[in-house]
Amino acid sequence: MSKRIVVGYDGSESGANALEFAAGLAKASGAGLVIAHVLEWSPYTFLTPTEIEERHKRRTEELQRAETAVLAPVVAKLAESGLEVTTELRYGHIAETLIKIAEDEGVEHLVIGRTGHSSLSTRIFGSVAGSLAQAAPVPVTIVP
Amino acid sequence: MKKFSAAALAATATLCASAPAMAQSIDEQVNALFASSTGWFVSFIFSPFPGTSFPWIVAWLVVAATVFTLYFGFIQFRAFPHSIALVKGDYSDPNDAGEVSHFQALATALSGTVGLGNIAGVAVAVGIGGPGATFWMILAGLMGMASKFTECTLGVKYRNEYEDGTVSGGPMYYMTKGFEERGLPAGKFLAVLFAIFCILGSLGGGNMFQANQAHAQIANVIGDYPGWITGVVFAAIVFAVIVGGLKSIASVTEKVVPFMGVLYVVTALVIIGVNADKIGWAFGQIIDGAFTGLGVAGGLVGALIQGFKRAAFSNEAGVGSAAIAHSAVRTKEPITEGFVSLLEPFIDTVVICTMTALVIIITGQLVADPATGLYLLNEGGSTIQTVDGNSGVALTSAAFSSAFGWFQYVLAVAVVLFAFSTMISWSYYGLKAWTFLFGEGKAKELAFKILFCIFVVIGAAASLGPVIDFSDAAIFAMAVVNIIALYALMPIVKKELNSYLSRLKSGEIKKFA
Repeated sequence: MSKRIVVGYDGSESGANALEFAAGLAKASGAGLVIAHVLEWSPYTFLTPTEIEERHKRRTEELQRAETAVLAPVVAKLAESGLEVTTELRYGHIAETLIKIAEDEGVEHLVIGRTGHSSLSTRIFGSVAGSLAQAAPVPVTIVP
Repeated sequence: MKKFSAAALAATATLCASAPAMAQSIDEQVNALFASSTGWFVSFIFSPFPGTSFPWIVAWLVVAATVFTLYFGFIQFRAFPHSIALVKGDYSDPNDAGEVSHFQALATALSGTVGLGNIAGVAVAVGIGGPGATFWMILAGLMGMASKFTECTLGVKYRNEYEDGTVSGGPMYYMTKGFEERGLPAGKFLAVLFAIFCILGSLGGGNMFQANQAHAQIANVIGDYPGWITGVVFAAIVFAVIVGGLKSIASVTEKVVPFMGVLYVVTALVIIGVNADKIGWAFGQIIDGAFTGLGVAGGLVGALIQGFKRAAFSNEAGVGSAAIAHSAVRTKEPITEGFVSLLEPFIDTVVICTMTALVIIITGQLVADPATGLYLLNEGGSTIQTVDGNSGVALTSAAFSSAFGWFQYVLAVAVVLFAFSTMISWSYYGLKAWTFLFGEGKAKELAFKILFCIFVVIGAAASLGPVIDFSDAAIFAMAVVNIIALYALMPIVKKELNSYLSRLKSGEIKKFA
C-alpha cells in the first residue's frame, strides 16, 4: 500500500491550515490523503425520550450536513490538484477516533490543527491536539 | 412510579392549603364531582380479595411477573451478564456510533422510574410492613424484571417506523399489530383502552402528583407559599422543554438526575458501611420479618403486601410505560431492548429501594420493644413507631440526616428533580397514547402538550385527592390491559429469544469489543 497521511478537518480555520499543510506534504511525497471528520459523540450522555426518538433522523441529517458542507467542498478542490483523496466520517470522541482511523487505515502520519472549534471544556480537559500528541501511534504534526 | 400513597399525599396536601379561598371552593367542587363519578373505578382497581386485605391488582402484577419468570426460564438471571455486556457496548457495531446506545436507553428509562417511589414509597413500606417488607420488595423486583423484558421486547418489535426516521411504539402498537398477527380478537379495543388509561395516568400520577409533591418539598424547605406559583414555574419549564424543545434544560436535568441517584446510593452505602457491624443484624431483621412479621400490624401478610405493592409502584414493571420509552430506540434486534430493560427493576428496586430500607433499619428509626424484640405500633396500631414520629419521605430524610445533617437538603433537591424528570418522561408516554388515538400532527401534539402544562399548575396548586386517586387507578388500569396483551403475545417473545440465543451461541451475533 502506498504511503498515506490522515488529516483531521473540522471546517474551522485551523483545520483548513492543517489541511493545506497536509496536502502540501502529500503532494511532495506522493502520498494519498485521508480527510477525517469526526462528529463529537459519547454513548454515555443522557437524552430525553423525545431526543431518543429523533436521534436516528438527526444522525442522518448530521452525516449529510458534514458530507455536503464540510467534506465535499475541500475534496472537490483537492481532487482538481490530482491528489488521491479519500474521506472518513465518523462519530466518537475526537482524539480517540482519529487514532482509530490512523490504525484502521494504516496511515503513516497524522496532521491536525492546533485549536479547531475550541470550547470551554477543551480548556479544562485538554485539547484534541494535546491528547493526540500523547497517545497517537504514528507521528503527529500539529499545525498552528 | 414516583408516588407513595394517597395517605401521604393527603398529609402533604395540607401544605398546599394556602391557595386562595376561591380556588378552594373550585377545588371542592371538582373534588365532589370527580369523587362521585369516578369513585367506583378507583375502589374497583384497589379493592382487596374478598375477606382479605390483599389488593387484587397487586396479585395481578406479581402473578404475571411469576408467569413470565417461569415461561422464559428465569431469563432475568440467565441473561443478566449479557444485559450488562450490551449496556457496556460490547455488542455495539462501531459503524452505528451516533445512534442511541443501550446505555442511553437504560439511563433515560431509569430517570423516568427512579424517584419518590424509591425514597418515600420504601419508607411507607417499612413503616407499615416492618423490615420484612424489604424481602418481599426485593423478590417482587426480581420477578418484575421478567415483565419488563417481555413488554419492552414487544414494544420494539411492533413499533411504527416512519419515513422521516422517527418511530412510535408501545403497548397500543403491539396490541393492534401483534394481535392481528396471531389472529386474536379485540386488539384494537385493548389498545384504545390502554391509550385512554395512559393519557389519564400521564396527567395524573405522571404529572399532577409530581407537581404536588415537588411543591410540598419546596414549601417544606423554604416555608409555605401558594402552590400555583410552583405550578406556573414548573409549567413554564416543562413547556420550554416539551414544546420549545429547549435542550439545555432537559440536558441539565438528565445529567443531574443520574448524579443524584448515584449520590443517593453512595451516601446510603457510606451509612451502611459505617454501621457495618449491624448489617448482619439488619438482614436478620429483614428475613425474620418476612416470615414472622416481628409483631407488625398484619404480620407476615402485612409485610408481604407492603413489599409487593411498593415494588410495583416503584419500578412500573407490567404497566407498559417502559415499552413506550424503549420502542423509540433504533436497534436491529428487538430482544436486546428487552435484555437492557430487565436491568431497570433490578437497579430501581433491588438496589436503590433496598438501600433506602437498609438505611432506615440500620439507623434505628423503627422503635422496638427491648424485652421482646418486637416492633411497637402507633396508637392506631397500623404503623410502627418511629423515633421522631416520621413517616414517608420524612422518615427517609430523618434516617439519612441522622448520619449526615446536610442530606435533607440534597434529598429535597433530588425529589424536585426526580419529579421534573418523571413529568418529562410521562409527557412523552401520554403524547404517544394521544397520537395513537387522534393521529400524528403538529397541532394535535401541541394541544396535548399545552393540556399537560395546564395540569402541572392544577396539580401543584390544589389538593385534588380524588383526581389523583383516579390517576393512580388509571396507571394500574394500564397494567390490567397491558398484562392481558403480554400473556397473549409471550410466545412471540419466546420465538425471538430462542432465535437470538442460538445466533449468539453460533457466533452469528458478534462481539465488537
